[in-house]
Amino acid sequence: MKMGQNVVIKGTKDGLTLQLNDKCAYNELIEELVEKLDTVTNDRQDALITVTVQTGNRYVTEEDKEILKNVIRKRQHLVVEDIKSNVITLDEAVRWKEEEEIVSYAGRIRSGQVLEVPGNLLLVGDVNPGGTIKAGGSIYVMGALKGVAHAGCYGNDRAVITAAKMMPTQLRISNHLTRSPDRYDEEEITESECAFINEADQLVIDRLQVLKYLRPDISTFKGGF
Amino acid sequence: MGEAIVITSGKGGVGKTTTTANLGTALALQEKKVCLIDTDIGLRNLDVVMGLENRIIYDLVDVVEGRCKIHQALVKDKRFNELLYLLPAAQTTDKSAVAPEQMKKLIEELKQDYDYILIDCPAGIEQGYKNAVAGADRAIVVTTPEKSAVRDADRVIGLLEKEEGMAPPKLVVNRIRSHMVREGDMLDVDEVASHLSIELIGIVADDDEVIKSSHNGEPVAHNPNNQASIAYRNIARRILGESVPLQQPDQQQETIFTKFKRFIGISQ
Repeated sequence: MKMGQNVVIKGTKDGLTLQLNDKCAYNELIEELVEKLDTVTNDRQDALITVTVQTGNRYVTEEDKEILKNVIRKRQHLVVEDIKSNVITLDEAVRWKEEEEIVSYAGRIRSGQVLEVPGNLLLVGDVNPGGTIKAGGSIYVMGALKGVAHAGCYGNDRAVITAAKMMPTQLRISNHLTRSPDRYDEEEITESECAFINEADQLVIDRLQVLKYLRPDISTFKGGF
Repeated sequence: MGEAIVITSGKGGVGKTTTTANLGTALALQEKKVCLIDTDIGLRNLDVVMGLENRIIYDLVDVVEGRCKIHQALVKDKRFNELLYLLPAAQTTDKSAVAPEQMKKLIEELKQDYDYILIDCPAGIEQGYKNAVAGADRAIVVTTPEKSAVRDADRVIGLLEKEEGMAPPKLVVNRIRSHMVREGDMLDVDEVASHLSIELIGIVADDDEVIKSSHNGEPVAHNPNNQASIAYRNIARRILGESVPLQQPDQQQETIFTKFKRFIGISQ
């Protein structure tokens, strides 16, 4: 067994990078890490050094990450910034996909019905009063939104709600909430609108056109046309 | 310590929800602290009639299942200064989400803070009815002067009389059309009351204004001049223990003009 090859420490202008071997046993790795870190001396005693850990093709569980962090934190002036791995579990991958994707549904959400998706929701239809749509991400309604819409329902303040006819009983984004005026004049609503959380941390409704500048990340299209 | 009153009927569509909304409003107008509870889980309406639908955050099921505190779920009626509150029903589940014991506990808790708790009962005599009746101290049975409604009211009165610790139910006869009664096409109030043989606490005429006001989310009891509104306000006063004489709707409607017509013999 070749000792001393499992942990490689590199210094960059952003701090230290620890490259960890992804083939050896985890406890061997930790032992060696402890040894190596003891040799690191900090010239400027007051400055904090940020550490980025690269685990390569090794999958590191949350538990293992904690062990790693604790070992590094024990040295004074070392702060773990990030633990990077090339590998994620299938569960994480599925969750990631679900959070990113746009789920579409064609139909009308009636009173008492709840449509909930983990990612973004594209509803081709209306939401009646008493109906609820919920999404982890943003909500795009092609029809009239007359019920309750809750975007970013797991705590995403960047989520938005758009509707061709915005006349909801209530809008919620993350933990923000706004209710409708007590009466709508259906004739008056002619334009598509969007709801978002503004810089002042308030849920506001505006013309759909502003969204392009406020949330440029909504466009996932790459390239020119 | 407040009093819990359940408003029930057996049959659907006779005006339980409208009666609850208007009695709540009328009691609040008398400076009483009132909490309305909608127990029609899955088919809630009271919030719509009260015009409070867009203010609902939590509901009855959230409270019972401990997802929020009672005061978080109560929706304040903006037309009153901290007098009238609504505990809305859940819309996304059904009656089995709540058990009678839980309702009892909830109402006991609300009685500490409110003078009157009005419980809007769902139609039927199943789980929803049992939940609604569980915590009530007394009951108001609403019926219309139709045979089917009276039949169902009779059944419900029978069930209510079996409930332990509940005062004898009182009767509201709703939606009376005086011209039909006059022509004998509809049961009259006395027939209904004598058939059901419980104390009559109110007579409400069928009035377009009632439908209009629930369409606008503003109970008719706010209107001081409407005959139905006056009828509801009178029921509220009777609930408070005042003795207000019962009036037949055609007496209420009588104006100087009709009196005059009768005097010269055009109309009876």
